[in-house]
Parts: sequence; structure tokens; C-alpha cells
Amino acid sequence: MLTSFDEETIRMLESKANLLRRHVINMTFEAGSGHPGGSLSSADIITALFFKIMRHDPKNEKWPERDRFVLSKGHCAPVYYAALAESGYFPTEELHTLRKMSCRLQGHPCKTKTPGVEMSTGSLGQGLSISNGIALAGRMDKHSYHVYCLCGDGELQEGQVWEAAMFAAHYKLDNLTCIVDRNGLQIDGATEKVMALEPLADKWRAFGWNVMEINGNDIHQVLDALERAKAHKGRPTVIIAKTTKGKGVSFMENNVSFHGKSPTKEEHEKALRELEGAV
Amino acid sequence: MKRQMIAQRKEYGHALVDLGKRREDVVVLDADLSGSTRTADFAKVFPDRFFDCGIAEQNMIGTAAGLASCGKTVFASSFAVFATGRCLDQIRQSVAYPRLNVKIVATHAGISVGPDGASHQTMEDIAIMRTMPNMTVIVPADAPETYKAIMAIADFDGPCYVRMGRSDVPVVTDEGSRFEIGKIQTIKDGADVTLIGVGQMLAACIEASEMLAQDGVSARVLDLSTIKPLDEAMLIKAAKETGAMVVAEEHNRLSGAGSAVATFLADKVSVPVHIVGMDDVFGESGESDELMIKYGLTPENIVESAKEAIRRRKA
Ligand SMILES: Cc1ncc(C[n+]2csc(CCOP(=O)(O)OP(=O)(O)O)c2C)c(N)n1
Ligand SMILES: [Mg+2]
Repeated sequence: MLTSFDEETIRMLESKANLLRRHVINMTFEAGSGHPGGSLSSADIITALFFKIMRHDPKNEKWPERDRFVLSKGHCAPVYYAALAESGYFPTEELHTLRKMSCRLQGHPCKTKTPGVEMSTGSLGQGLSISNGIALAGRMDKHSYHVYCLCGDGELQEGQVWEAAMFAAHYKLDNLTCIVDRNGLQIDGATEKVMALEPLADKWRAFGWNVMEINGNDIHQVLDALERAKAHKGRPTVIIAKTTKGKGVSFMENNVSFHGKSPTKEEHEKALRELEGAV
Repeated sequence: MKRQMIAQRKEYGHALVDLGKRREDVVVLDADLSGSTRTADFAKVFPDRFFDCGIAEQNMIGTAAGLASCGKTVFASSFAVFATGRCLDQIRQSVAYPRLNVKIVATHAGISVGPDGASHQTMEDIAIMRTMPNMTVIVPADAPETYKAIMAIADFDGPCYVRMGRSDVPVVTDEGSRFEIGKIQTIKDGADVTLIGVGQMLAACIEASEMLAQDGVSARVLDLSTIKPLDEAMLIKAAKETGAMVVAEEHNRLSGAGSAVATFLADKVSVPVHIVGMDDVFGESGESDELMIKYGLTPENIVESAKEAIRRRKA
């Protein structure tokens, strides 16, 4: 049974996720480059985190007790920036500056430039190690914060991820949750064709993690899993969130070519129409 | 004169323990080499602030970055070959780019590692580390200077790389002398040529200066403990006043401290800069002193280069 969240909260979050998706489409269109596919697949996860689960305060960015979010798959910066802007870290108008000269919104997250960004990422495979360090520091300093790390599924092919997985289990970092955006695609095609990950849940179990498998495009399931992950003691939790790459825009869904390609003018209009119709 | 011989890593261990006593924020990581790097000294006294990462240097660097982002001053150690090359991208992306307070302190650098052979003798680490923005690169000359350098980087907010060797090296710096990041120490004044020593090659420079003195050549000896940022003023001054420079280092001569000095001086002072270092080849097994001779890292090599530099200045 799912932890109960009232219908109103779910509706509110669904429309927030839709808003983030529209931002992603606008941002990548205006930038003329960027990564819509993985941004759209993880929009529901990021929405659940930023607008319901995480304790954070955009007015007090460095609040020591804040929950931490590390976007290990840094190429999905558009949806991250959209969530930060909608949370109030910077004005939503600034989203138009993505990837432009002298902007704060770099192509991949930059800790020293962008308010709210916890860590610079972009080179895949590094975020879980960083999250280990943050979780360890939290435990040493007796902070109550929780660390959330969002990884791509293709990203899990990096050896460092498994070094980090071993470390987190060894040091029993139960203030750490890793979410895998299991959209089944990477750049060169399906993950199972490029470099098979399955049986993925078994791999994490064998590494000593508490494992959950959910539909990562169902806000209710995402909320429920995140709550249970936080409550789980003694081991870190990984949520393998089955998603659809490009979710919400018909012609981007499961379409590997929209991993790192911005929409054309026509595609941009069509995508917005679809997303607006969905609200 | 017989000089006292001490391994630099011994003083690294002592420095960490002293720091740990003084500062709660100091955390130390290692990758299954804590006995050799001497981070074990810290682990013994502060087990709650030491984490062995196992043989996983990439995760060690990322974990260090995460800890540093929460206000910790993090020391991460391994052998120099693994602490740099094995996790280069992690250092670049997760430490240098976000400018986090991570101190990568590496031991067993250079050919003097000896019998372990080329797989363990890094002659590239200075090159690798000095190319990254935000990175400070320090190569202390001896054990006392190592202690001071560790204290100094702990007080400095930003990424640092500290390189030291495995073996016992002569004590050449003054116990009372001050160590400052980015500042050259003048060991000995002289007018005809400047000998710049890096790491244990400073001892060789001092010996070379004594040999040169017998030939009537007055050599200035500088301790270039910070490779980055360079002490630009001191380098220009020495280049102008002596007109001939030699940089001696236990590193590939194409890409180390000598290369940094030569590049810096190239458009500032017209001066010959000779580099005594390892040719662009891999090392091999052998005893430390045998290898230093075979690969041209001796006081005699420095004397020869100094004379050559002086000849070129006069030509
Ligand atoms: C270390 C590294 N290698 C290669 C890349 C180039 N790259 C960017 S995204 C990507 C594919 C990522 O696939 P996945 O992790 O599944 O992300 P998602 O499907 O969620 O977009 C690759 C190979 C990179 N950013 N980092
Ligand atoms: Mg994927």
C-alpha cells in the first residue's frame, strides 16, 4: 500500500511537473542545444523532491540542515534549473539564459556560478561519491539532513558508481538515497544493447543496498518511495525509477535522438501544445 | 657535512596528528595505503575522522569533495601515481572546478620509489596537477618543510596537491625558516647562476653549488617549493641578477617545474633555462640512488647544466 498523500497535493505536483517540462522545452529550444530527453523523464522525480520531500530554503541557501540534492547526471541541468527557479533560487526569467555567454546557467551544473546548485557535475559517474561525502559529513556533525542523488541508468556503467555504492553500504549511510532514472536509453541506444545493466536490482542488493522499484513517472509512487527510503535505517536506499525518456512529449518519448538535441521551431510549438493540453 | 636523513611522509603523519588535535574540521581519507602514506598515524588518534575508502581512488576523491562541500578540510592520500592519474577526471570535475577545500597529499612520487619499478614511479604528476585551474601545487624539499607545508595548506581555503617521495631525504631547510605558499626560499645567495631545486633535488642543488664554488662559480640556490602559483617576482629577480638558470627536479623534464619556470620567463627575461630532470622515458626497478644516477638526477648533472647555461649566456 502507498503512503497516503491527499489528492490535492498530487494534482498540485503533477501540474508543477508539467510546468517544469514546459520550461525544459522552452529552455532547450531557446538555447538551441541541451538535453530534453533525460530532463523530461526525471521531471516527476525532481518535482517530488523539490516541491514536497526536501526541506530547503531558497532564502537561506546555505542552511546547514537543508536536505541535499546532487544531480549526478549533470546533462539534465534544464529540469534542475527549472526546479531551482520555481523554488525561488533565482528568477524564472533567467531560465532563458541557459547556455548563453556570461550566464549563470551553464550547460552543466556549476556550483560556483548558480544559486542552489550543490555540486558541479557533467562528467558522469561522480555524483554518488560526492553524495557519500555529504552524507558522511552530515553524520559526523549530527545533522538531520538527507542526501538525494539522481543518476542516469546509462551512467551506472561507470565503475566509480560501484566504488561509491560499496562505500555507502560499508559505512551504512542511511541518510543517503540514490534514485536511478531507469529510462532504458543512453546516447548510442538502449542500455541493454549498449552495455546491459540487468539484473539491476540484484546488483544493488548484492552491493548491500535497500532496493525499491517503482514507476518514476507516477508522482504518488515517487513520493511514497522517497518517504520510505528516508525512513529505512541501517543501509542506503536506491530507488530504481522506471521512466519514459522524453516523457510528456509524444514524439520525444522513447526517442533516443532527443537525448541531446533541442526541438526545432515546429517541434517546440507541438511539444508545448501537447504539454499545455495535458494540464 | 653529513645531513640528517628523514622521510617526508613521516612528517606528514606528525603534521596530521597535530592538526587533528587543533582542528575538528580535519578529516582524512586513504585508499588502502595508510601505513605507507602515514595517514595511519591520524587514524590511530582520530578513528572517527578517518575513512579508508579501499582501493577506490576515484570514489575517494569524490567523497573528499562532498565532505569539503560541507565545510570539512579534507586530506586524501595515496601513492602519487594513483592519487593523480587514476582519478584525474574526478580531481578536475569534482575538486578543481568547484574549488573545494580538498588536499591531495601524495607520497611515493618520482623515480626514487625504486624497486617497485615504472608502474609506481610517477614522473608526470606535477605536469598533470599544474595544468588545472584553481589547483595549488606544492613540492616540499625535505621533512621539516613538509610539516610546515601541511600546516600552511590546512589554513588555505582551496584545492592543493602536495607531492613527496618514499625514501629518506636529507634535511636541508632551516628548522626556523618560514614556509609560505607561493614564496621561494633563498637557501644561498650567488651571482653567476641560479640553481632552483624542487623536492629532494634541492639537496642536490646545494651540493652542486659547493662543487661550483670550487671552480670559482658563485651559485644562488632557491627552494621552489610551490610550483603553482609561481613566485614570479623572485624568479624575475634571480633571472636578471644571475643571467643563467637551472631547474632540477625528479620529474619528466618536458612538463614539470622546469617547464613551468621556463614558460613563465620566456616572455619576460632573456635567460637560458636548463632543466635537470628525467628524459621522456619510463623508469625501472633499482635502488633509489642507483636510479638517480642512471637517469641523470645528480649534483654532477646540475653542475654540468649550470656551466652550460653560463656558457650560453656569455655566447
Ligand atoms: C564520463 C562521461 N562520459 C560521457 C559523457 C557523455 N554523455 C552525456 S549524457 C550520456 C548518456 C547518459 O545516459 P543516461 O545516464 O542513461 O542519462 P539519461 O538517459 O537520463 O539522459 C553520455 C554518454 C559524459 N557526460 N560523461
Ligand atoms: Mg538513460
